[in-house]
Amino acid sequence: MEAFYEWFRVLYDDTGINLPFLYDSYDRNRMFYGFLMTVKLSVVCLFFSVIIGIIGAWLQASPFKWTRRLINGYIQLFRNTPPLVQLYFFYFAIGSLLPKVATDYGGQAPLLGNFAWAVISLSFFAGSFNVEIFRSGIEAVPKSTVEAAEALGFSRLQIYRDITLPLAFRVILPALNNNLVNLVKTTTLAYAIAVPEMLYEANQIWSDNVNVTEMMIFMLITYFLLVGVLVWGMDRWERAMKIPGYGT
Amino acid sequence: MSWNDSQPMVSIKNVHKSFGALEVLKGVSLDVMKGEVICIIGPSGSGKSTLIRCINALNDIQEGSILVEGQEVNDSKLDKLELRKKVGMVFQQYNLFPHKTALENVMMAPIRVLKQDKDEVEKTARALIRKVRLEGKEDSYPGELSGGQQQRVAIARSLAMKPDVILFDEVTAALDPETVNEVLLTIKDLADEGMTCILVTHEMGFAREVADHIYFTDRGVIVEHGPPTNFFDNAKDPRTKEFLSQIL
Repeated sequence: MEAFYEWFRVLYDDTGINLPFLYDSYDRNRMFYGFLMTVKLSVVCLFFSVIIGIIGAWLQASPFKWTRRLINGYIQLFRNTPPLVQLYFFYFAIGSLLPKVATDYGGQAPLLGNFAWAVISLSFFAGSFNVEIFRSGIEAVPKSTVEAAEALGFSRLQIYRDITLPLAFRVILPALNNNLVNLVKTTTLAYAIAVPEMLYEANQIWSDNVNVTEMMIFMLITYFLLVGVLVWGMDRWERAMKIPGYGT
Repeated sequence: MSWNDSQPMVSIKNVHKSFGALEVLKGVSLDVMKGEVICIIGPSGSGKSTLIRCINALNDIQEGSILVEGQEVNDSKLDKLELRKKVGMVFQQYNLFPHKTALENVMMAPIRVLKQDKDEVEKTARALIRKVRLEGKEDSYPGELSGGQQQRVAIARSLAMKPDVILFDEVTAALDPETVNEVLLTIKDLADEGMTCILVTHEMGFAREVADHIYFTDRGVIVEHGPPTNFFDNAKDPRTKEFLSQIL
């Protein structure tokens, strides 16, 4: 392994192509933890944004007028404003209004850190699109199928969980796929509030080494591969969910 | 509730139902005793389907009373679950759950709604699939079955809830002619076993064979009713005569 790393040091000496995140153990660590942070941020946000989509679409069909208005207001607000502005709003505006907590060293720290705010902000951002995506799938489920479940005595929640959602899922997977890909790419915005994700760490490295070109190429390739894995997984999932004789 | 089977199992009195300005049912009354098979016939748009959909509260009514085993259906505090445990329904378009196999379609409601034990339900479900003559199709998805086979799964699904009365809403109207008979045969088996059945149908030969009582509806009212031999051979009302002359 050391020989592999050393090769890149030689490469730098011979050609000037500088990839310190390979030959330098300090930069290697920074890059590695940045990558882990991006994966962690993506997975957590994917999870919460889908949950928000499912619950939001359920509430959107609520018999209560104000519940529906609240959900629609949320969608409009988060869909029609830039995610970077949302992130700043959460981190600087809401974050500064929250009480501070005492730290172990006798100092004061914000109640929620930058990672937590990035998760909240990005989940709500992607969630607002997910609500609309889930709604489109739910509307594609025939009313007569739902009626059959009603006639069998299923409750509204049981129908949503056992009939509507599983059928809607199959309709919306391509659209959901798109939005989740967007979400993974949008995690780079967390850079702006200093969440040490991949782009942030890359910036640290190019500031120290003045190798912007190499780092940028590396970022492009890494995100391409990372999102590729997600797309591959979603495609497999889509195939696995196919129902024989349905929707062909 | 003090219902006993010397009283009508389903008692409909002066039922009025409108969709907006359109009055579909204009004071319909009929009684169905336990074990009786009644057929409702009449021209399209005469309110037949609307009437039976009111019995299990898929449609609400504006005026009148529907008692199912003494339970009032026209009641804002109606326990729909209790009602729908007693009243099964089979639809024109089968409305099976497309993402579940034939067996799962039959098992779902007893497990989810009645919270019965899964192994017990599976035993009953397999027996029901045999009863509707679909042995070997347990693991097929609805999309892999013919219309007639799907409709028989739908009948088995309804039977799995052990209803006291089953509503059949033009269940052969969407079928290919050659599969109509297999479905009618299944319904006849049920009628012979003493299941209370309310059928909306265009199959006059079948109605004549299985029904204890025939109701003829036109423009939202019951024009004429009687036992099949009387009804078909000695119709009195001119509208009934005209209808029968057109289809017999």
